[in-house]
Amino acid sequence: MNEKMKTVLVTGAAGSLAKRVIARLHGRYNVVAVDFRRKVETDADIPSYKVEIHKRGFEDVFRKHRIDAVLHIGRIFPHEHDRTRRYNANVLGSKKLFELCRKYGVGQVLVHSTYFVYGASAYNPALLDEDTPLKASEVTQDLVDSVELENLAQIYLWKAPELNITILRPCNVLGPGVRNTMSLLLSRSLVPVLVGFSPLMQFLHVDDMADALVLAFERNKPGIYNVAPDDYVTYQVAVEQAGCRKLPVPSIPPLLPKLISGALNWNSFFPPYLINYFKYPVIIDGSLFGETFGWKPKRNLNDIFSYYRKHKLLSA
Amino acid sequence: MLKALTRLASREALYRQIVTPEIEERIARMPKPVGSFGYDAWGYNENAAKLGLGVVKLLYDKYFRVTSHGVENIPAQGPVLLVANHSGQLPLDGVMIAGAMAMNPDGPRAPRAMVERFFPTVPWLGSMLTGIGAVIGDPLNCIKMLEQGEAIIVFPEGVRGSGKLYRHRYQLQRFGNGFMHMAMQTGATIVPVGVVGCEETMPSLANLSPLAKLLGLPYVPLGPLLPLPARVYLNFGEAMCFDKTASCEEEVTARVELVKDKIRELIDRGLAERTSVF
Repeated sequence: MNEKMKTVLVTGAAGSLAKRVIARLHGRYNVVAVDFRRKVETDADIPSYKVEIHKRGFEDVFRKHRIDAVLHIGRIFPHEHDRTRRYNANVLGSKKLFELCRKYGVGQVLVHSTYFVYGASAYNPALLDEDTPLKASEVTQDLVDSVELENLAQIYLWKAPELNITILRPCNVLGPGVRNTMSLLLSRSLVPVLVGFSPLMQFLHVDDMADALVLAFERNKPGIYNVAPDDYVTYQVAVEQAGCRKLPVPSIPPLLPKLISGALNWNSFFPPYLINYFKYPVIIDGSLFGETFGWKPKRNLNDIFSYYRKHKLLSA
Repeated sequence: MLKALTRLASREALYRQIVTPEIEERIARMPKPVGSFGYDAWGYNENAAKLGLGVVKLLYDKYFRVTSHGVENIPAQGPVLLVANHSGQLPLDGVMIAGAMAMNPDGPRAPRAMVERFFPTVPWLGSMLTGIGAVIGDPLNCIKMLEQGEAIIVFPEGVRGSGKLYRHRYQLQRFGNGFMHMAMQTGATIVPVGVVGCEETMPSLANLSPLAKLLGLPYVPLGPLLPLPARVYLNFGEAMCFDKTASCEEEVTARVELVKDKIRELIDRGLAERTSVF
């Protein structure tokens, strides 16, 4: 490891976003990669660990390397584990992470959150600001961990200003290799849509998100930022553009689509607890991030959807 | 004749009948930025707006035979609130004002309206309303839209106005102060509008309030089931501007009263010019 360069710890290193971030940092920083899923294959000079951040072993990473900054990208998705395990990893794990950062004098922490924390409610105005209340836990228990992770990060934001915490709340991130709900959904050929509902959505290419993360890290302006383009499209149009066929799902009574999703085990791509996000729009205002960091996405909606279209043509 | 029917039968031809070149031209001239798929942040969609305006124009010209004066008072661009009296149980007054704004030869504007919060929960209707420019009545929506230079139709009377009985026709109800705060905060222009005729489209003899309560609606009128074809007269007044100097709510209310007086005047003008109700 080069002593002159800063050392950056990246969590969730097995994910497609973290991989892209690591590639962008490599060579300019010493990168340490950790993931709870597996020991990630990395370039020779990047140490990689399989470690669960809420377990004791995580501290060894801090003992072994003098960490200057943490990019906390790794979060367990609801379809990956049950609620308790997820809570432990995402909330308690993050608390542990913040405490270790204080103990070992880490100077900067970036937290990768999600726009889901705002909650999909019929009463949402459009262009939600960063100071809008987080109402996701009102919608579903399955997003409590996402909201609490945010709350925790916000507590440390004022309690430990030396950590220079930046929280990023991106809209739907899509692109090659992305394994979140929306990406898994649009990768399918037959996709559920709620009859009579087609909420407006925002999409961001994973490469643009990686650029945004690196930019926020390098400029170091602590705070909370939405990350989203000012371009919009409805869900059903997105489904068509991604080359999917629509599977209409009855939307009334409101409980019915949840029951259908549960019964057919659509947990990874159309989970019961996210049904509301396919019903009501959650449009976020990304202008603060854009203005603060001089950032604009380089890829448009068509670039994003064309990947899913081509992917389907190739596999057909 | 048969030929004409076959032509009409095709969807494309029907679409062309509704979305005339005139409508295409007006929509193209609107100072309304949209994204790569024709949507804005509130779900307004250009294609939906074209179709919506086509249908509204038919109602405007053929059913309600609207006469409008003073559309040149609507600024061709920049934030503006069109403040009108509300009547007729259904928001047809809003629809007619929207038609006049969008077809304005001097400078067509994409009309936006704030609607009740339960609309997004109704399948199809919610998406349809959103597509043609409606948004839920949240102050944050209103402020952000004005900041982006939108033109918004406002009924400060709310359901007090639209739900009132026929015997109270053309009596202005209490105005909320919200619109004045928005206008002052964003520097938006206010254009007062007097609507005459919508009271007669759906005269309500009584409000069936127990039924309304049961259905979760603000009111259920005892009256015709469908709007009657009353002639509608719209009078757009001169633009009014208010600075940020109001220091207390009383002053704001006084300013609201100024707008209300203006609307009363415009209603009287419409009533005077009306020669027949239907």
